[in-house]
Amino acid sequence: MTDTIITAPMISASGLRKSFGDVEAVRGIDVEVRPGEAFGFLGPNGAGKSSTMRMIAAVSPVSAGTLRIFGLDPATDGPAIRARLGVCPQDDTLDTELTVRDNLYVYGRYFGIPRAEVNQRTDELLEFVQLTEKAKAKVDNLSGGMKRRLTIARSLINRPDILLLDEPTTGLDPQARHVLWDRLFRLKQSGVTLVITTHYMDEAEQLCDRLVVMDKGLIAAEGSPLELIRTHSTREVAELRFGAGEHEGVAAKVEDLGDRVEVLPDRLLVYTHDGEEVIAKVHERGLEPAAVLVRRSTLEDVFLRLTGRTLVD
Amino acid sequence: MTTHPVPTRPSRWDLAWRQRDYWLTVYKRTWRGSVVSSFVTPLLYVLAMGVLLGGFIEADPDQLDGATTYLAFVAPGLVAAQTMQLVVGETTYPVMSMVKWQKIAFGMTATPLGARDVVNGHLGFICFRVALTSAVFLAVLAPFGVFASVAGAVGAFLVQLLIGLAFATPVYGLSAGLKDESAYALVFRLGVIPMFLFSGAFFPISNLSPALETLARFTPLWHGVDLTRMLMLGTLDGPRALVHVAYLAVIAVAGYLWACRRLERRLRS
Repeated sequence: MTDTIITAPMISASGLRKSFGDVEAVRGIDVEVRPGEAFGFLGPNGAGKSSTMRMIAAVSPVSAGTLRIFGLDPATDGPAIRARLGVCPQDDTLDTELTVRDNLYVYGRYFGIPRAEVNQRTDELLEFVQLTEKAKAKVDNLSGGMKRRLTIARSLINRPDILLLDEPTTGLDPQARHVLWDRLFRLKQSGVTLVITTHYMDEAEQLCDRLVVMDKGLIAAEGSPLELIRTHSTREVAELRFGAGEHEGVAAKVEDLGDRVEVLPDRLLVYTHDGEEVIAKVHERGLEPAAVLVRRSTLEDVFLRLTGRTLVD
Repeated sequence: MTTHPVPTRPSRWDLAWRQRDYWLTVYKRTWRGSVVSSFVTPLLYVLAMGVLLGGFIEADPDQLDGATTYLAFVAPGLVAAQTMQLVVGETTYPVMSMVKWQKIAFGMTATPLGARDVVNGHLGFICFRVALTSAVFLAVLAPFGVFASVAGAVGAFLVQLLIGLAFATPVYGLSAGLKDESAYALVFRLGVIPMFLFSGAFFPISNLSPALETLARFTPLWHGVDLTRMLMLGTLDGPRALVHVAYLAVIAVAGYLWACRRLERRLRS
């Protein structure tokens, strides 16, 4: 029995689909999110991440397949599910004419939390997101990073079991991103299940225990960041720069040196187990790159491999 | 298998009532401005149209729906028209802001509240505004001797809530689905202003040409004005009043259902 309690999934989806008229945004995905984990949806724009998130948030009806959140069906138990979710949407939906504090306070009241309790939680959360000094400021006057932090504080007012974050750090400067990451990390440590969509690979690597890469409404790969790198990329990447226009020609000469060679306009990428060895062999063959760089494979390599380099709008 | 607890479902009333602190916060911030639009302006109308312009009008009760002075005739019209203007103001730009500019309705429905609850909460606030404004307006009118009876004054007050809902719900529905605010120019120029001027608030609609008179009889404001006037003048005609109430109630209910549906669609898109 104890096992059941620990492993009952927070979110489980199978064959989940979402269509808007003729457009299928999500085309049949299976996902399971376990208690306490940080789960990521990665993908380019239009991959279906946000549509999936809105279904999980119990605001957008499922088109086909099954979806259970806390074991409940969002079609019939939407209010009960939403009572236990924290939602940090892509656009801030704050009331910009109210004060920072009032935004938190009135939001807590929507959950039916008694006044005294909301007041106490509001103070705690303002402290948590470092906005105590701005409590009486109008939201209009906050910076982008502050608004984001306020949105996160707002999403925590009901002490949610799952926190949904849709591209939480898009548009923030590096300092603001790191402050946010730190707060999210603390939440995870306190046992909150995090579900994050992002197209920042460093963010996914920092925050997610497990993630799926979505592309064109489907799941292209699933695993921990490390597993994904192991499965879909090599340990290292050797980057070689030659003169403009030479890369295509050189590519044929180094093809056999790595698992895979990719030609970019300004450099060649050789995916390999040992980058230094590749560089040595390149020189042995009499090729003289203008610059070389050996680095570890990142999630970004996996992402680009799986979803392509073509621009999606 | 599931270990998650069985949820309890809060009632619609509870969900609407949870929004009171939000609307009170909004009201605390805006009430000063609303005093001018909902109190000072109507009072100026009463003085200008009722007292000063009315001074030039020889009142013939047969021609003024039973009013013995022009002031007594025009006061109920101003009360009802004031209600219309108040709620149309409250359901145009503020609703547009909730679904488009600030998108706070999206935030509200990420909580246990659903689209219908957001509509209910907002309509509750609108009823509160109408009640407060009408009560003050009617109290200010009392010294002018425009009420035939206390019961009539109370009746006129209650009727304002019905008029308010009959305007609020369809305009809410319109706003909830609008892409941008350009349609409001039509709402005001072709709806609110002509109704304000030609639905019997300032002169009996029998003065209009037969075609326009028929048109005026279909406007919700005329039903509201006539109902308010019968109550204030003490000339209540039961069947006629029932028709007014039924007409306004049907619009309010149909508008409500439409508003809920349109907001729900907007929020899930």
